[in-house]
Amino acid sequence: MLKLAVKNLYKIYGSKPQRSLELVRQGVSKEELLKKTGNGIGVCKVNFEVEEGSIFVIMGLSGSGKSTLIRCLNRLIEPTSGSVFIDGHDICSYDEKQLLSIRRNKIAMVFQHFALLPHKTIEENVAFGLEIQNTSVEYRHQKACDALALVGLKGYENAYPNELSGGMQQRVGLARALAIDADILLMDEAFSALDPLIRSEMQDELMSIQDSMKKTIIFITHDLDEALKIGDQIAIMKDGAIIQTGSPEEILEHPADEYVRSFIKDVDRSKILTASSVMKKPDAIITQKGGLHLAVRKMRESKMSSIFVINKDKTLQGLLTIDSALEALKKGETDVTKYLLYDIEKAVPDTSLNELLPSAVRSKYPIAIVDKEERLLGIVARVAVLSGLSGEEVPNV
Amino acid sequence: MFRLPIGDFFERGIDFLKVHGESFFNALKESVLFIIQHFENLLQWIPWWMLILIFVILAFSLSGKKLAIFTGLGLTFIYSLDLWSETLDTLSLVLSSTLFTLLIGIPLGVAMSKNDNTQKILQPILDFMQTMPAFIYLIPSVIFFGLGKMPGAIATIIFAMPPVVKLTNLGIRQVPKDVIEAAISFGCTQKQMLRKVQIPLALPTILTGINQTIMLSLSMVVISAMIGARGLGEVVYSGVTQMKIGKGFEGGIAVVILAIILDRLTQSLGIHKKRKQNNK
Ligand SMILES: Nc1ncnc2c1ncn2[C@@H]1O[C@H](COP(=O)(O)OP(=O)(O)OP(=O)(O)O)[C@@H](O)[C@H]1O
Ligand SMILES: [Mg+2]
Repeated sequence: MLKLAVKNLYKIYGSKPQRSLELVRQGVSKEELLKKTGNGIGVCKVNFEVEEGSIFVIMGLSGSGKSTLIRCLNRLIEPTSGSVFIDGHDICSYDEKQLLSIRRNKIAMVFQHFALLPHKTIEENVAFGLEIQNTSVEYRHQKACDALALVGLKGYENAYPNELSGGMQQRVGLARALAIDADILLMDEAFSALDPLIRSEMQDELMSIQDSMKKTIIFITHDLDEALKIGDQIAIMKDGAIIQTGSPEEILEHPADEYVRSFIKDVDRSKILTASSVMKKPDAIITQKGGLHLAVRKMRESKMSSIFVINKDKTLQGLLTIDSALEALKKGETDVTKYLLYDIEKAVPDTSLNELLPSAVRSKYPIAIVDKEERLLGIVARVAVLSGLSGEEVPNV
Repeated sequence: MFRLPIGDFFERGIDFLKVHGESFFNALKESVLFIIQHFENLLQWIPWWMLILIFVILAFSLSGKKLAIFTGLGLTFIYSLDLWSETLDTLSLVLSSTLFTLLIGIPLGVAMSKNDNTQKILQPILDFMQTMPAFIYLIPSVIFFGLGKMPGAIATIIFAMPPVVKLTNLGIRQVPKDVIEAAISFGCTQKQMLRKVQIPLALPTILTGINQTIMLSLSMVVISAMIGARGLGEVVYSGVTQMKIGKGFEGGIAVVILAIILDRLTQSLGIHKKRKQNNK
């Protein structure tokens, strides 16, 4: 289900934004607009949709408008034009009261530098969103304790923010957002101020929370590894516009332009790319009943030295090499089963290239990619694993 | 030689205010006088040793042993100089004018922080008020309210106003932007923002302003002895004009002791707050 949709969103900074908006719509660039009117482009014709329960990551260089965009989603920054639909309702048309209600119940934000209230205890900080809704003290206490337990900060209720480390403070920030039971979390570089170890820990925790609670998360980061790790969808921004949106694999495999490519050039691909992204359609297969002649001809056509054999229901049988096929032909055998190799390397589509590497080294033959029912989905040539890791186009073997 | 008649304009302006603002000034006069009178009655009514004890306890709970001892000794010393009733006069004048200063100054500071235009208008006025010599304020006060405590209090209120306004403004403006954003993003209204976020976070700065206000009030209250406000100022002033050097000196010491006590007490108010947040 669609949780959040952004349609033709613009944000122009400066006075008389409407006039500048016309210019921007006509295609005037950021620099030109600044020279002409002194106005800056924050967000420029942005469209995207976020499914319920998914993590949408926004990336881009400094000044590309990420913070502006995410603040338009709860109207912390008033968009100049366009719509933001939450559960199908355009919040840009909301009046003050409706806006307050959506901020209090639907959408919560986590900040880069935590933004906790130094004069309040941890529990009071977490309960802040509920306090301003005038809920009862017991309810607040209960909710705050639950949220604190969720982020692993039980026992710190009465501490003050400056007594906690950065990582712990950000957990408080997260707990504060969770305490109001919002469906949508906005996280503007929420983990950027943390050191790498804590950061990775927080990412895991966020993903597990997201898994169990099905939050919809908009996440800004500068770190591609982070984006690839947690993102279901990634959007890359430049000068206020979104250049490309796609799944991590799509972004890595088919960068839209030089800008996107420069983003992904030094990513650790092995962790991100999975077997499914380098596997080929198993176009050289035969059912068991098919003749040996057919097998040999197919191998010849595809210039492969082996071929996978499957049953009618597509479950994997084994592997037939060209050598054993020729031998069988010479002997005049018709039953292939005796000549099949059964000890073959198999993997599921989600296996990362990193994990695939040992299999690729061990085996002389391609790796079979199968689903849970052992049905053959594709094959990965050994060379494809290596070229996938190096980021080259996967050659057609 | 040509001379700009600014003084004349000023006089005419004062005359105008005197005629047209009479009811306003009367109301102001009544309410200020009411407060001063009650403060004074209250302080006079409490036995001297009890008052000293109250101050000592206050000093101990806000700051600690050191200030408590100093307060006890200092106030007893003043009592032994036979300046107790003068000190109470001064104290009640200081406290009641401070009350009015804060009542007007803090909201003014809040308004100033909310709006850049208000700040642009108020800032130079406050600067101007701060750089004027203190006793300039005595002149219009005397014109409106005659001689005595009343004009002294008014002059004090005006003179002690700028720091608390400025520091309230500053304190609120210094609240980190992302904390404000966080509060808004959770659905804070303007009022809640002020009450639950801005004022508490600005409090240490505001308390500094209050401290400065009290100190300025004290210095002004002493000066306003020139227009007949009684108290320690009168002792000093008569010491100067009648060449009673010894008496004047004693009055001076009493003022200094009172100043130190008030200063440390209000300062530790701010530190007290901070300590609670820093290590508990
Ligand atoms: N209040 C403002 N007034 C005018 N221009 C602004 C304002 N805030 C941001 N901008 C401009 O809008 C553009 C986008 O800024 P934004 O803060 O959204 O970038 P960002 O992608 O979040 O950058 P970073 O990665 O550094 O946080 C920038 O060019 C910036 O100069
Ligand atoms: Mg930013």
